[in-house]
Amino acid sequence: MTAATLDATVIQSPLKRALRRLARRRGALVGLAIVLVFVVLAIGADVFSPYDPTATDWMAVRKGPSAAHWFGTDEIGRDVLSRVIHGARASLMAGLISVCLALGLGIPIGMIAGYAGGFVDGLLMRLTDAMLACPFLILAIALAAFLGPSLANAMIAIGLSATPIFIRLTRAQVQAVKVEDFVEAARAVGNPPWRIALRHILPNIVPALMVQGTLTIAAAIIAEASLSFLGLGQQPPAPSWGSMLNTAKNFLTQAPWMAVWPGISIFLVVLSFNLVGDGLRDALDPRHRG
Amino acid sequence: MLRFLVRRFAVMVPTVIFVSMIIFGLQQLLPGDPATALAGEERDPEVIAHIRAKYHLDDPVPMRYLRWVGGVVQGDFGESIRIQQPVSQLILEKLPVTVELALLSMLVALLIGIPMGILSAVKNGKVADYAANAVALWGLSTPNFWLGIMLILLFSVELGWLPASGYVPPSEDLWGNLKAMIMPAFVLGNAIAAVMMRHTRAAMLQVLSSDYIRTARAKGLVERVVIFKHGFRNAAVPVITLGALEFGQLLSGAVLTEQVFSIPGFGKLIVDAVFNRDYAVVQGVVLCTATAYLMLNLLADIAYVLVNPRLRA
Repeated sequence: MTAATLDATVIQSPLKRALRRLARRRGALVGLAIVLVFVVLAIGADVFSPYDPTATDWMAVRKGPSAAHWFGTDEIGRDVLSRVIHGARASLMAGLISVCLALGLGIPIGMIAGYAGGFVDGLLMRLTDAMLACPFLILAIALAAFLGPSLANAMIAIGLSATPIFIRLTRAQVQAVKVEDFVEAARAVGNPPWRIALRHILPNIVPALMVQGTLTIAAAIIAEASLSFLGLGQQPPAPSWGSMLNTAKNFLTQAPWMAVWPGISIFLVVLSFNLVGDGLRDALDPRHRG
Repeated sequence: MLRFLVRRFAVMVPTVIFVSMIIFGLQQLLPGDPATALAGEERDPEVIAHIRAKYHLDDPVPMRYLRWVGGVVQGDFGESIRIQQPVSQLILEKLPVTVELALLSMLVALLIGIPMGILSAVKNGKVADYAANAVALWGLSTPNFWLGIMLILLFSVELGWLPASGYVPPSEDLWGNLKAMIMPAFVLGNAIAAVMMRHTRAAMLQVLSSDYIRTARAKGLVERVVIFKHGFRNAAVPVITLGALEFGQLLSGAVLTEQVFSIPGFGKLIVDAVFNRDYAVVQGVVLCTATAYLMLNLLADIAYVLVNPRLRA
């Protein structure tokens, strides 16, 4: 290594180093590109959709893919492509909002548990264990059932079901960081606990939370599609990939294309988030330095 | 070992109590008056009064919780409003179907995941490794209800080889049962196979770089013996415990698979209960699943200690 490259390596911040490592992972870049395409489609759904996703056309019921309808039409003549594009909005929103909710609840609770320790930690961990004992989807179904079927309630249900993972992760990270010398030093100069937690501990646990957050978005998108498939998420006629598949399973012999496109969309988005999550983990984990 | 078991039970008891509190608390999420919600759309004042008296809805919440838990401890999960049957009886009827599906799915997961994980580790960095990782990523990213629909389209609608839905008890027709269960078991086992593959690969990579493997090779042992007898036997320990934990997840995944293939199991019971607003059934199923999951966790821990002599001390 020459002096110049050594200097360049030394002065790079951890974030820049992580970004450089992420940029070397082709899988993660492809994933990121696909996610961006879906984000753009979701934001500009009204512009990109060739038809109104809820407009019915009784002259075009269950028509196969054609120049007029690239992905075909559904059982009441709605354009499948337009519904897939608008469905991206529901799926991505559900993924992002439910993970934000899980992070919003999980980080403070995990930090309190990890920082306080003792009885508070024990109590919070038993509660977290209790939530983790209820399998993710079953808890989400039960919550959605009691809250009532709607996209907003599905997001709340998924967010609450995903919260214990973030509580556990944050607690473990805080416990590891709080014994570091720089935290001891911050405590020694008289910083109050809230300031130590927010200014010194939180920035150091962000990478692990980012990786888990990205992977949880993928799980949340599948969970939203699952709840919508069961009729507990997005309600008709608003489009959602899960509810489109639920309808499509009744027309498999007459209109198989109805089942193909929403499924491929879920697969692509989930795969992309998994690729980005795996890439981020490799880039942020020193053991995976490449 | 005894001390370990006592300690594990001591942690499990408060967890089960908290689980019951969470599940009971779900009822408090019902918007408005629970009696009105349970009465359905008619909202007959007499029915509402009857429900209020029957479920002691005028009592304070802690009293109602204690009454509910008292019943659960004695095996009384309440009564299904729609079917007018005890919830425990419904659970006992449906559970064997889901357990059969979960066992078959686990078999599929083991048969796909473990060989793929071993192959991937042995061929680390080669084409076979990349292919196995791609298959695992595919398994983790495919929604199982969509995979189910696609398999129905191919094997039932197009080829006509397998039934699209339904369930035949194995006691009636074993071959018919297997034909009906093969697609759901593959769909449900697919994602677990991916998880198994990743864990087997990681464990094998760690084991294969150990000194005793190098020694085994230096002794001139056949590669097959090195990989399976010395390598996999040690790598299998974490995979076994993972299998027990994933079995709990299968109960959750079964909800959608049973819905797609119209299998009258545990999952279909909870979904039907949700739409019938049969809240006692929802609470009963969630409580049973959570308890089963905790028991599997405990069994996994015990298995881990049993197969790992270093942890017994």
